[in-house]
Amino acid sequence: MKRFREFIIEKLVFLSGILVILFVGLIFVFLLKEAFAFFREIRLSEFLAGKFWYPISDPPRFGILPLILGSLFVTLGAVIFAVPLSVGAAFYIAEIAPARIRDFLKTGIEVLASIPSVVLGFVGMMTIVPWIKLIFHVPTGLTALAGSVMLGFMAMPTIISISEDAITAVPRQYKEGSIAIGATRWQTMYRVTIHAAKPGIIAACMLGVGRVIGETMAVMMITGNAAVIPRTFLQPVRTLTATIAAEMGEVVHGSMHYYSLFSIGVILFLITFIINVTADFFLHRQRTK
Amino acid sequence: MVAKPCFEIRDLDVHFGEVHALQDVSFDIVKNEILGAIGPANSGKTTFLRALNRLNETQLNYRMAGSISLEGKDINAGFKAEELRRKVGMIFALPMPLPLSIYENVAFGPRRQGINDRRRLDVIVEESLQSAFLWEEVKDRLKSGAMKLSGGQQQRLCMARTLAVKPDVILFDEPCSGLDPISTAKVEESMLKLKEKYTIVLVTNNTKQAARVSNRVAFFLMGHLIELDQSDKIFTSPRDQRTEDYISGKFG
Amino acid sequence: MKIGSWISVKTKEKVAFACLFLITLFVLAPVVIVLFIIFKNGMAAINWNFLTAMPSEGMRSGGIFPAILGTLYLVIGATLCSLPLGILAAIYLSEYAKENALTRTINLAIINLSGVPSVVYGLFGFSLFVMFLKFGASIVAGALTLAIMNLPVIITSTRESLKAVPDYFREVSLSLGASRWQTVRHAVLPFALPGILTGTILSIARAAGETAPILFTVAAFYIPHLPDSVFDQVMALPYHLYIIATQIPNIPTSYRYGTALVLIVMVLLMNLVATVIRSSFRRRYKW
Repeated sequence: MKRFREFIIEKLVFLSGILVILFVGLIFVFLLKEAFAFFREIRLSEFLAGKFWYPISDPPRFGILPLILGSLFVTLGAVIFAVPLSVGAAFYIAEIAPARIRDFLKTGIEVLASIPSVVLGFVGMMTIVPWIKLIFHVPTGLTALAGSVMLGFMAMPTIISISEDAITAVPRQYKEGSIAIGATRWQTMYRVTIHAAKPGIIAACMLGVGRVIGETMAVMMITGNAAVIPRTFLQPVRTLTATIAAEMGEVVHGSMHYYSLFSIGVILFLITFIINVTADFFLHRQRTK
Repeated sequence: MVAKPCFEIRDLDVHFGEVHALQDVSFDIVKNEILGAIGPANSGKTTFLRALNRLNETQLNYRMAGSISLEGKDINAGFKAEELRRKVGMIFALPMPLPLSIYENVAFGPRRQGINDRRRLDVIVEESLQSAFLWEEVKDRLKSGAMKLSGGQQQRLCMARTLAVKPDVILFDEPCSGLDPISTAKVEESMLKLKEKYTIVLVTNNTKQAARVSNRVAFFLMGHLIELDQSDKIFTSPRDQRTEDYISGKFG
Repeated sequence: MKIGSWISVKTKEKVAFACLFLITLFVLAPVVIVLFIIFKNGMAAINWNFLTAMPSEGMRSGGIFPAILGTLYLVIGATLCSLPLGILAAIYLSEYAKENALTRTINLAIINLSGVPSVVYGLFGFSLFVMFLKFGASIVAGALTLAIMNLPVIITSTRESLKAVPDYFREVSLSLGASRWQTVRHAVLPFALPGILTGTILSIARAAGETAPILFTVAAFYIPHLPDSVFDQVMALPYHLYIIATQIPNIPTSYRYGTALVLIVMVLLMNLVATVIRSSFRRRYKW
């Protein structure tokens, strides 16, 4: 009886591992299933490079270039702003802060990570958006800039915690060797530690980018959602994710518009897949070094 | 007197991936003897020890050829791994109690065999702790954490834990490498007492220890069994030059 | 000369450290600001009625009870599905799997799953659970979608907790004649449990705050009654906040902040529990 129970449990354990693969397969199959219908009628180049997203006008236009550029703009802004700050904070937390303060700061980062994106979006609507309108004298504060600032903060916990791990994982001998030949702690950090931790920090930044590209609610609430090709950061933009979230609710099932949203989903799936696999590659390099 | 064989090892050959850890080892281990296995690092002595209770199987890319039998039964074909390990207990190099109470550490093995009756467990725990000469020191605090004991006490707790499974053979893997001389003496003393009831295989880096406690000594070098003989012969007039060089400290 | 340059190096270090400190404070500033704004503006709305009454007058008055309850249903449902599966899969990967093609595929799958944007989970959930399996927009569909989204988080954190248990625990247990599963069950799991709990609770907290995956799989705009079965739609807190923040004009601001406050308190409470478990565990076990 005991043997039998063990046998069942071990089989269940194995089955669960297999199910995980199955789910990834299912996600891809079900996205592709719907997207396939779309690509039978619309060429890929027309979809990716088309300059107009008018899914419900007649005739409809399904060009997601403005959406891709929207995502790119917001992401770029967020990265420029978040990466230096996050890496700096990671160094402070990992190498400089005394133990008590470190725990306190880490808790703070965890709280930042746990605030739901819809709450951040809402607070952004009430604060950043009017501020931008006031400071830059633009007709609306719902802009790429607002999205970038908000997303920058949302990416920071990811970048900080993974960079911090990478910095902490740098072998002590490297740091002690540098200190022993008379370098200060600061010199050691920017001459030795950062190079040794580089693969991990790169991975951290990539995962941060992945987080930003995939972010939906906050972006939808504060970027203004205008599907036009953006020229400046002070202009409303619409991202890939926000398009799905905003239009899926009203779309007619089985229409081209419906299928087009799944095609956007496939694109997002592929983008984040590439980002995550590359980041994982860098993380492994850090570990095996 | 013809001693009864406990383990019969024939043409034992072990690979870990590309590494050829043991080759062509054949000999018998006799009942109720203490067999010392000595040799420099990476000589294959620990691999040999872990082959006896099939613990090598947890390692990646482990391959074994040849045969080992315990009391006439092949250890791979004749036993389930769990059954074999209940007959062949093991004491590790460092004292490794689980972060449980003293009582639960000793009761761990019996509980896994389905013994959960409190009175039976109480008896087993007391007997085992007594055989390991630890009972008097801990009998008033069986419920307290095993991690709080001193290093020497922890090692004797690990012995008690192994004894609780009631094995026939006990494998010692450098049991004193982390201990001070006094604790070492205590462990050695208990080994000599245990010999009356158990067959003991002792892997050690300390040739003097091997000389003090073993009946026979096997010298391993680079995966080969170089020499096997009575302790006094090995340490006074070894046949092989390499054995002599090792024992006299020319390499190690 | 030498001493002079040494001092300037020391000064440089001081300045650099001060800058890094300020950067860290700046990164954490939004946490304080966001929490402060929400508490300050939201407290006014919080009263017994707000927490336990049905919404009325197009959500402009009354309470948010169905949204709170809906979120609870979804979170519990998602946890029930993802927890056993996630922990078992992690046990497989950490304790049983050998390094081979299958293991690498599973690893790749997990990396991939953990990176998929939440809105894509929403699409998937809609396509599989709502349409293909004909659950309709319902608690089941939403909970299952959240469960699959949670799976990689639970697997990854469980795996890390299992890996943190030293190998010698396993060897000792095996050497005492325990079987493989007994070893996992008695010599590994008990010591990994606090870590597993922490990771799980954090993932549940995340699921509670997610909006995108439930947009098309379960969330209802406005249902002033409670669900009768798992195949009903429900309101959910994050979606409710989104709706009253963007779609409904002339709603008292305190209602919006109040909803945000309830949501964030729920999430932070779960985080607090996780943190307490983790820190008490760190104090208790040291090996």
